[in-house]
Amino acid sequence: MVALNSYITLSWLVPAFPLLGFLISGMAKNRLKNNQAGIIASILVSLSFLMSAFLFFALRSSGQESATVTLFNWIAAGDLKIPFAFLIDNLSVTMMLIVTGVGALIHIYSIGYMHGDDRVNSFFAQMNLFTFSMLLLVMGANYLILFIGWEGVGFCSYLLIGFWFKNPAFNYAARKAFVMNRIGDLGFILGIILLFFTFKSVGFTEVFSQAASLHSGAPLVTMITILLLVGAVGKSAQIPLYTWLPDAMAGPTPVSALIHAATMVTAGIYMIARSSILYNLAPVTMNIMIILGLATAIFAAVIGLRQNDIKKVLAYSTVSQLGYMFLALGLGAYSSAVFHLTTHAFFKALLFLGAGSIIHAMGGEQDIRKMGGLRKKMPVTYFTFLAATLAISGIPPFSGFFSKDLILSKAFENNPLLYILALGGALITCFYMFRLLYLVFFGSQRLSTVHPHESPRVMTFPLIILSILSVFGGFLNIPSLFGGDSRFGEFLNKSIISAITEELGSATEIGLIVSSLILLGLVILYAYRIYVKKAVIPVADGVSTNIFSKLIEHKFYVDEIYSAVIEKPFGSLSDFFFNKVENKVLDPAVDEVGILTSKLGNLVRKLQQGNMSFYLFAMVAGILLFIIFILIV
Amino acid sequence: MKEISSAIQLIPLENYIVLSIALFSIGMMGVLFRRNTIAILMCLELMFNSVNLLLTAFSAYHSDPSGQVFVFFIMIVAAAEIAVGLSIVVMMKRNVDSVDINLLNRLKW
Repeated sequence: MVALNSYITLSWLVPAFPLLGFLISGMAKNRLKNNQAGIIASILVSLSFLMSAFLFFALRSSGQESATVTLFNWIAAGDLKIPFAFLIDNLSVTMMLIVTGVGALIHIYSIGYMHGDDRVNSFFAQMNLFTFSMLLLVMGANYLILFIGWEGVGFCSYLLIGFWFKNPAFNYAARKAFVMNRIGDLGFILGIILLFFTFKSVGFTEVFSQAASLHSGAPLVTMITILLLVGAVGKSAQIPLYTWLPDAMAGPTPVSALIHAATMVTAGIYMIARSSILYNLAPVTMNIMIILGLATAIFAAVIGLRQNDIKKVLAYSTVSQLGYMFLALGLGAYSSAVFHLTTHAFFKALLFLGAGSIIHAMGGEQDIRKMGGLRKKMPVTYFTFLAATLAISGIPPFSGFFSKDLILSKAFENNPLLYILALGGALITCFYMFRLLYLVFFGSQRLSTVHPHESPRVMTFPLIILSILSVFGGFLNIPSLFGGDSRFGEFLNKSIISAITEELGSATEIGLIVSSLILLGLVILYAYRIYVKKAVIPVADGVSTNIFSKLIEHKFYVDEIYSAVIEKPFGSLSDFFFNKVENKVLDPAVDEVGILTSKLGNLVRKLQQGNMSFYLFAMVAGILLFIIFILIV
Repeated sequence: MKEISSAIQLIPLENYIVLSIALFSIGMMGVLFRRNTIAILMCLELMFNSVNLLLTAFSAYHSDPSGQVFVFFIMIVAAAEIAVGLSIVVMMKRNVDSVDINLLNRLKW
């Protein structure tokens, strides 16, 4: 026990390594040559990963469930006492391993991908800063440190989406992401304030131990959980705040992989899983989460059907998968959500890195209609991409099968209708992923100006590691149905209080799995017939005549609706205030005060003419007036 | 002390007051209307001393010595003040070869 504590006090090293990397690459960005920044950044994040793994084993061998490491007292004002502390338990260690592990692979990949970019040193500095913030987010022992990390990752996301800031569209995308996140953050911080007023503390352990005394469905808890949910909805790109994520693809592809697929967008899932005790007390919020999650999962998947930009397809797929995680959270199956988060981090990072490899080979081309026939030219990318596609589609024994099946079976327990809808979403996912795969790798090359080639080894190495994780990651949590012991779920359940524990009968579950597998097989065959046999190439934008396909092609006009309902009125209101109120009223009023003062000064200045006898006269006159005044009054 | 007080009280208080007012007014007029700085300083002394005279007279009539103590303070302050004033006058004479008070408006800015 003593040994554990002395090891765990070293946990501050985990975020310290990326912070050091940020300082080195940030301050010496004009001195570092070629790949130096990338190598430093990758080594430091890998060290951080090793440290996390060390903590993981230290925690497991100790038998302790959690440990709090207080670095220093940060804020002490009246009732408000906030130590700068890290909470090391099974949930945070899991998240640390994902963040640093996937992060390290993506850093290594970026050395190859960003090679030759002018601002490669800034890129690695910002990536390190992101990793640091994300680690603060998952390690913090109270909501305020979580919030620092939360804002930090949002800011780094802004910087990295707008990394190629010379393109105005990319800048717009960065601002959009920032503003959308801000809407969520407002809810989040209000939630934290309400938490403090309710429990007089923002520390996880204090809040959760006090929350046990509240009864289920208390309006205060419902209010807190809804406000925290607003934050999660913004960060994890759920309806109605999801539109920033597809646009965030403006950033370099490794950024999309790390921030907008594997880690940052899962912060909302982590936060809700962390607050599981509060959410268990708020059935209303849980129902909202089920509806939001399911709606997002299906809606985003449908939009993904007709996207032709390789990264946009993956972006909508991310939104959709996050919807599944929210569904699992809403069902009270927190550990299933975190399990899906983990496998999703593996296969989605792999998909994005594969997409980056393809874009690299195609000379920057992102339109899948112009690709094709890359299977022979890029074998490593093909096989790893295939593994990830099978994983996300939920084909056994790939990792996505285990995590998605877990969520689907929980949905069936709750309500068969939920199961059918969720399965429908999964089938759509399967279709658009195979559509992507067939269009990119099968058929013949449609763009003759480029000569695709396999990416350098520094890029394929992370692909291979991630594909191994995507294939075998599911074995972490083999359900009892297949003779496993749900080890990952049990591990997490030490930190999370799940609302549901009962299991389906094995006959029902096998029936569900078999029927979903048959449907998935049919969908894959259908996609194969369309895109390989018939070699159909999606029509150009704006040609489709069918109203429904037109709707999908324009992403259900959500951006346009937001623009018309919120952005335009707000813009004209701002214009009104600027042109009429600011320029016509406020500015002149402020100016007038200054002008009046200087005019008054000019008037009084005439008295100061330097004539001594006048001063004396004024003095005597003043005294006389004063005396007269006293005598009269 | 006793003899001085009683000597002062030989003359009625009204005479002291009238004399003081006369001296003060003369001094004030001098300060206001003379242009010679030295004359102004002298008139200033006159005003001081009219007040001193009044203080001494009242002090004697009230048999209260603090008024006379006050007079000593005023004399010390006046001595200090005149030292500064006269040195300014000396500097004026050296620099502009004049002691006209209106020339001081050149110090304005």
